[in-house]
Amino acid sequence: MSTLTPQRITELQLHATNVREGIIRSLLAAGSGHSAGPLDMADVFTVLYEHVLNHRPKEPLWDDRDRLLLSCGHIAPVRYSAMAYGGYFPVEELLTLRKFGTRLQGHPERVRLPAVETTSGPLGEGLAQGTGMALSAKMDGKSWRVYVVTSDAEHQCGLHWEAAMTAAKFKLDNLIAIVDRNFIQIDGSTEDVMPLEPFADKYRAFNWEVFECDGNDIAQFTETIEKAKAVKGRPSVIIANTVPGKGVSYMEGDYTWHGKPPNKEQADVALRELQAERERLTANG
Amino acid sequence: MANALDGVAAMRLAELQDPASVKQVPTRNGFGEGVIEAGKSNRNVLAICADLSESTRMLGFKEALPDQYIEIGVSEQMLVAMAAGMASTGKVPFIASYAMFNPGRSWEQVRTTMALNETNVKIAGAHAGVSVGPDGATHQAIEDIAIMRCIPHMTVVVPCDSIQTKRATLAVAAMDGPVYLRFGREKTPVVTTGETPFELGKAQIFREGKDVAIVVCGILVYNALIAAQTLAREGIECMVVNNHTVKPMDEKTIVEAAERCGAVVTVEEHQISGGMGSRVAEILAQRRPAPIEFIGVADQFGQSGDPAELIEHYGMGSGAIEAAVRRVIARK
Repeated sequence: MSTLTPQRITELQLHATNVREGIIRSLLAAGSGHSAGPLDMADVFTVLYEHVLNHRPKEPLWDDRDRLLLSCGHIAPVRYSAMAYGGYFPVEELLTLRKFGTRLQGHPERVRLPAVETTSGPLGEGLAQGTGMALSAKMDGKSWRVYVVTSDAEHQCGLHWEAAMTAAKFKLDNLIAIVDRNFIQIDGSTEDVMPLEPFADKYRAFNWEVFECDGNDIAQFTETIEKAKAVKGRPSVIIANTVPGKGVSYMEGDYTWHGKPPNKEQADVALRELQAERERLTANG
Repeated sequence: MANALDGVAAMRLAELQDPASVKQVPTRNGFGEGVIEAGKSNRNVLAICADLSESTRMLGFKEALPDQYIEIGVSEQMLVAMAAGMASTGKVPFIASYAMFNPGRSWEQVRTTMALNETNVKIAGAHAGVSVGPDGATHQAIEDIAIMRCIPHMTVVVPCDSIQTKRATLAVAAMDGPVYLRFGREKTPVVTTGETPFELGKAQIFREGKDVAIVVCGILVYNALIAAQTLAREGIECMVVNNHTVKPMDEKTIVEAAERCGAVVTVEEHQISGGMGSRVAEILAQRRPAPIEFIGVADQFGQSGDPAELIEHYGMGSGAIEAAVRRVIARK
């Protein structure tokens, strides 16, 4: 059972719609960047920032905060948007994405924007750094947790599996990996480019606890992450099945939207669709 | 100039002897002693190893401070990235493997997770140079200085003997920022003493001279001193500069040495391309042009052999240094 009431679910869905709007507006302003991945992870980031994380947006480097790492740095717009709507910085700052002097670099940098925790973009490095952080927390008897969001395609990187092996060795039950399982990468379907299936079995073979869920279902994802937090003695992974481009009809399921932004007309269509979704949720709520 | 030369008297070097009787200790031993001392004085200092605890000399740390020791097996990319994660929580990880694999294999992780990320990780690159010997070319890191010194924020230190390696280990443990510390496998002559000063970023004038400045780092300092001694008998006076901090380099001392001598020989157990000598040349080309000869490996890979024989074969023995000094004098 999810701890979320129907009303809270609607609130989070509305929040996720705002996060998607921030993604579209920032990508349009930037004129470059990735669309599909950020949109499909808007629900996951909404749940993380608004429900799961123990954090203080106005004190981003609070020592005891949970650490949220984005390993696949190219979907940074969703993190930036979720941070902005979560109170870390003004929403209008999203329009500086990828521009000279911005804190919102094309790929996130820890030194420029507090609480992004790592510098990411080169794939396959997030779980390794998250494993280090989770081990530090264990060594120091700290109760904060580490969440690492990864893409599915970056599981083609060897380093990711070095990290998976290490996290299991040290029984890091304070570490939860979340995989954006959208089956797309730049050159096409993950299963054509370099097959990842049987995906869950790989993690099981590495001694991880494995969960699967619909990553675009806020209630289901919330319920799953609560189960993962209860696991003892081993790290957990949540394979979050998502629809690439979720929330914008003409992007959904189309891998060609992996690495490009909408133009003005396309963005207008997207924003109208999101507004309609907002109105639908408000009417129902 | 006077200030730099004032240091010579205070250097208190060991007495130079022929290799048969000089005290010889591997530089890696100095690292092993230093990292234990650093770990005892700061419990946030960690030693993380990739299945080479004995040969990188982390074994003593493991025994003395087991709660601060982490073994992660043969995974050098993980070594760097995991350490960066730990450093972001306040730890001071020393990470050890052979230089060929760390930073050789892990360069992008070093650039992204250590340097761009500004994390306080210290790479201990063991078994650097052709002096690894019989293991052969696959295990002889001779490109590592080049690939580390081009990374912003990185400090690169190549101490000259076991005593200096210990002091360098303690010094880098005390500073905040990413570091590459390079040392070797073989027993090599101890040229400093416990009283020889050491300061990161401050090159040391080990011998005064006016004809040629030999700028050297690492275990070849001994060969440079022997060459200078031999040349002195012929009336050629070489200044010998122990340039242990390759980055940030002590530009002032390098420029003053070129000013004083008017000619320079650089010496390192590394590819000539991109190494310590290349940085010396960058500095002097801009600030005090002077003829330079470069001692190092000339765009080749190493091979199996006895360490001393390999040093000779690749042109880094004291005789080769003497010849380079004569060549550079002829170009003055």
